[in-house]
Amino acid sequence: MAKTHVTCTINGEETEFLCDSNQTVLDVLRDDLGLTGSKEGCGSGDCGACSITVDGRLTCSCLMLGPEAEGKSIGTIEGVATGDHLHPVQSQFLKHAALQCGFCTPGLIVATKALLEKHPNPTDEEARYWLAGNLCRCTGYDKILAAVHAAPAEMRGESA
Amino acid sequence: MYSPTYAAPTTVDEAVGLLANASGSARVLSGGTDLIIQMRSGRLRPQTIVDIKNIAGTIGIREEADGWHVGAATPGAEIGENAGLCAAWPGVTEAVQLIGSTQVQGRASFAGNLCNASPAGDSVPGLVAAGAKAVIAGKNGKRTIPVEQVPVSPGRTSLAADEFIYEFIIPKSSGKTADAYLRFIPRTEMDIAVVGCGVCVTLDNNGVCTAAKVSLGAVAPTVLVVDAAAKALIGNKLDDATLAKLDAAAQAACNPISDKRGTIEFRTKVAGVLARRTAAIAFSRAAAR
Repeated sequence: MAKTHVTCTINGEETEFLCDSNQTVLDVLRDDLGLTGSKEGCGSGDCGACSITVDGRLTCSCLMLGPEAEGKSIGTIEGVATGDHLHPVQSQFLKHAALQCGFCTPGLIVATKALLEKHPNPTDEEARYWLAGNLCRCTGYDKILAAVHAAPAEMRGESA
Repeated sequence: MYSPTYAAPTTVDEAVGLLANASGSARVLSGGTDLIIQMRSGRLRPQTIVDIKNIAGTIGIREEADGWHVGAATPGAEIGENAGLCAAWPGVTEAVQLIGSTQVQGRASFAGNLCNASPAGDSVPGLVAAGAKAVIAGKNGKRTIPVEQVPVSPGRTSLAADEFIYEFIIPKSSGKTADAYLRFIPRTEMDIAVVGCGVCVTLDNNGVCTAAKVSLGAVAPTVLVVDAAAKALIGNKLDDATLAKLDAAAQAACNPISDKRGTIEFRTKVAGVLARRTAAIAFSRAAAR
C-alpha cells in the first residue's frame, strides 16, 4: 500500500512525512520524526502519556491516525520549552519534584499547559478533572497538583 | 502488514462513493476513539477508512429554525464549549462530556458513540430522550431517522454499507421542557456506564408533566425507549407515587446481561434508582424555565 504524504506543522515548524494509514500520530512522532518525548503507555487512550495538542486541542496522539494530521498544527512536549528556557509548568514540576520515573511527565506537562491556557487559575477540582486522563503510578498526584497550582503565578511573572 | 486505505473526502457524494465502492469492509472515521483502538487490537480490520471530518458540516454546531444541527464528528469538547446548546440541552451535553478524559473529549463524537453501537454509550440515551434525529447520507441523498433507530444490536447499526451519519438535529427546547442524563459507574470518572438514563419532560405551569421521554442505556442490547416510564410521568407531578411507578416501569423494561460491571439484578435495580434521580433533575430544570 502506498504511503500517505502528510504536510503539517509540528511545534511551529512545517513538517512533511510519509506514513502508513494504520500508523498513529504517536508512531510517526516517535519512530519516523525522532520526537520521542511523547510516550506510549497504553496505546488505547487511557493513560495520557502520549498527550499532544492538535490545533490547540488536547488529545492522545495514539488515538489519531498519521494521515489525519494533514494541515493540522501539532504541539508536543518538545515544543513546550523555548530553547533552554523552561516553560513555567516544566520549572514548577522540577521545583515540586512532581515526578519519579518520569514516564507520564511529558503528557502531564502538555495537558497542564493546555489546562492553564483554558483555565488560567484552575480550582483543584478543575485541575483534577482535567488531568484525570493522565495516569501516574509513582507520585500519588499530590506533588503534581502542587506544581500545577504553582505554575499560574510563575506564568504571570509573580515568582521565579 | 495490515495497511488499510485511508481517504479523506471533502464532499458527501465523494464519501458515499468511497463507501459504496470499497473493496472489502469499510469504516467511517470520526474521532476514532473507538475505531482506532479496535483496529490496533485486531478486532476490526477495515480495508478502507473514510475520514469524514473534512466534509463541511461534519464538525460544528448551528442553531436553525428546525433545531440544533450538530455535525456528526463534532468533538465533545467543542459541544461543551457551546453555551447555547448546553443551556438548551444540559442532559445531552453533559452526557457526551462524560465520555473519557479531556484528551478523549478532544476527539470523541456523537456519531462515533452511536455507531460504535455499544449498549453503554453515554451520549445515546441523552440524545434519544431529547428526541434527536440522525441525518444519514447515502447514495439516494439524505434521510432523517430518530437516533434510537440507528443501533440494532451490540456493534451493529441499521445503516447500509454506503451510508454514514452526517449530522444530528436536536429539536429546539421551548417552554418548560428540560432534560437530564445520569449514569452509574463504580468510580467518579473515566469509566463505562453500568446503567445510563436520559429523561426529558415538559411541565405545565402547575408542575404537572404533559410530555416525557425516558431512555435507558446498558440494560439491553440497544438503547431503550421506555414508554411505560414516560406514561408514569405524564399527567402527574413528581410525587412519591409517580416516582414509584417510574421506578417500576424502568426496572420492568430492563433486559441486561451480567458482566464484570454489574449483575442482571444490580443493573435492574440501579435502572429504577437512576430513573428516579434523573427525572427529579429534569423536573427541577423544567420547572425553573
